[in-house]
Amino acid sequence: MSFTADEIMTIAAARALRDSDVCFVGIGAPSAACNLARLSHAPHITLIYESGTIGTRPRVLPLSIGDGELCETALTTVSVPEMFRYWLQGGRITVGFLGGAQIDRYANLNTTVVGDYRHPKVRLPGGGGAPEIASNCQQVFITMNMSPRAFVTTLPFITSLGHGTGPGSRAALGLSTQGPTKVFTDLCVLEPDPHSRELTVVSIHPGVSAEDVQAQCGWPLRFAEPMRRTAAPSPEELEILRALQERTRRAHGAEA
Amino acid sequence: MAEVMSLKQAVARYVRAGDRVALEGFTHLIPFAAGHEIIRQGIEHLTLIRMTPDLIYDQLIGMGAADRLIFSWGGNPGVGSLHRLRDAVENGWPHALELEEHSHAAMANAYEAGAANLPFAVFRGYQGVDLPKVNPNIRTVTCPFTGEVLAAVPAIRPDVTIIHAQRADRSGNVLLDGIVGVQKQAVLAAARSIVTVEEIVDDLAAPGFNAVILPTWTVSAIAVVPGGAYPSYAQGYYQRANAFYKSWDAIARERESFTAWMRSNVLHSR
Repeated sequence: MSFTADEIMTIAAARALRDSDVCFVGIGAPSAACNLARLSHAPHITLIYESGTIGTRPRVLPLSIGDGELCETALTTVSVPEMFRYWLQGGRITVGFLGGAQIDRYANLNTTVVGDYRHPKVRLPGGGGAPEIASNCQQVFITMNMSPRAFVTTLPFITSLGHGTGPGSRAALGLSTQGPTKVFTDLCVLEPDPHSRELTVVSIHPGVSAEDVQAQCGWPLRFAEPMRRTAAPSPEELEILRALQERTRRAHGAEA
Repeated sequence: MAEVMSLKQAVARYVRAGDRVALEGFTHLIPFAAGHEIIRQGIEHLTLIRMTPDLIYDQLIGMGAADRLIFSWGGNPGVGSLHRLRDAVENGWPHALELEEHSHAAMANAYEAGAANLPFAVFRGYQGVDLPKVNPNIRTVTCPFTGEVLAAVPAIRPDVTIIHAQRADRSGNVLLDGIVGVQKQAVLAAARSIVTVEEIVDDLAAPGFNAVILPTWTVSAIAVVPGGAYPSYAQGYYQRANAFYKSWDAIARERESFTAWMRSNVLHSR
C-alpha cells in the first residue's frame, strides 16, 4: 500500500507509544499519533490535553486543544492551573509531544520568532505550554517535517529546551527529566547520541536515502551504524489513521 | 451582588480606557460578544490579558483597542497565525503593540496567585529558554527551605475580567461547566467582573457537589447573551464553529478584508 510522508511520520510516532504511557498531547501530528496508538496497539494509553481533559478518547481529532469532543469523552476535566501545577509540574506525564518551526542539533525548539524579538521578520505563535512540557515530562517526543529552514545550525530564539549545548546542560539547570528522546520526521527518525546528545539519524523511512535526509538538514548530520529502515506502514495502521482523518475532515468541514 | 443589565450597560459601566482587561476562556466559553461590545464602544489603550489571544484579541488588536498584550500562545488553534496580531507586532498596524510574553504555566500560576491575593507566583519553569531574556517580569526566587531556584512571575490582577458562562440563577450565582480554564481564578483576581451567560434560570442545576460556581457576590454584572461565545462554544448549548475558525484565516489576512468584515459583522450589528 502506498503512503504519504505525513502518514509514516505519524505512524512511526504512534508505534513508539506504550499502553502504559500518560501523554501530554499537542494539536496536529502529535494528536493524530497519540490517537492512532490508542486505536491500535495501546488501548489503555492516557491522553491529556492542556485544556484540562484527562483520559480523553475523542472520536475525531480536535481542531483546537479544547474542542468539546475532548471534554465529553474524558475521564475528567480539571482547571488549567491544576493541569499545569499538579499533573505536568507534578511529574505525572511520561511523554510530552512537541513540534516547532525550527530545531537545532540538540533538539532545542523555536516557535516564537524569526529575526530579532523586538523587530521580528516573522512573529510565530509562541511557546504556550512548551517550555514546561519540555522540562517537566519524563521524556519528550518531537514531530516535525524536515527542511533546511527548519533544521538549523543556530536558533534565533530558544522557546523550549532540548539538550541545551550538549552533555550536562539539562543537569546543570537542575533537570532530572530526559528531554527529547525521539524526533519523528517525514524522512527519518532521529535520537540524541547517548554521549554527545547530538541528534543522530537512527532509522530512515522506506524509499528515502541518507542523501535525501541530509539535503533537508542545515547541519552535517550524524548517521547511526548500522542504520535501521523504518518498517512500512501496515494496511491496518493506514486504515485506522485514514478513517480517523476522514471522520475529522467531515466533522470540521460540516458548517461554514 | 451581581446586577443583571444589558451587555452595553455592563461594558460602559465597568470597562474604562487604559484598563488591564482579561477576557478569559481556554478555547471554550470565550466571551466574543463582550469583546465586540468593547470594540463598538471604542474603548482604547487597553492592556489585554489572555493566555491564548484567539480570534477575539485578533479583532480587538486589529481595531486598535490595545496598547499592550500579556499572553502565552498567539495562534489560531489548528489553523495558523493570528494575522492582525502579527501585523501589529511586525508592522505596527494599526499602531504599535507592546508584548509581555509568558508560558501557559506561568500565566495559569499568575492568575492563581492573583486569586489567592499573593504578589507573585512561584513554579518550576523557564529553565534554559530565552523568554526570560526578553521579559523582565520573569525572575527567580530561592526556596528558603531547600535553596532551589524557582521561576517567579507577578500575580495577574486585572482591573476587569470578563467571562462567558452557561447560566446564572436569579440571584446572580454563575455556573461554568466543561473545560473551565482559568476563569474562576481570573474573576477572583480582578477588581471588577462581567459575566455573559447563555440564560438565567430558576435553578442552576449544578452537576454534582463540586461544580465551578461563582457566587453572586464575586461578580459585578451579568448580561444575558445567548450565543455570546460564538465562534467559540458553550458546552451543552452549541459546538465550536471550527469551520469559522478556519475561514478567519482568509478574512484576517489582509487589512481591507478584516476591516470590511468587522464593519458589517461587529460595528453595524445589534
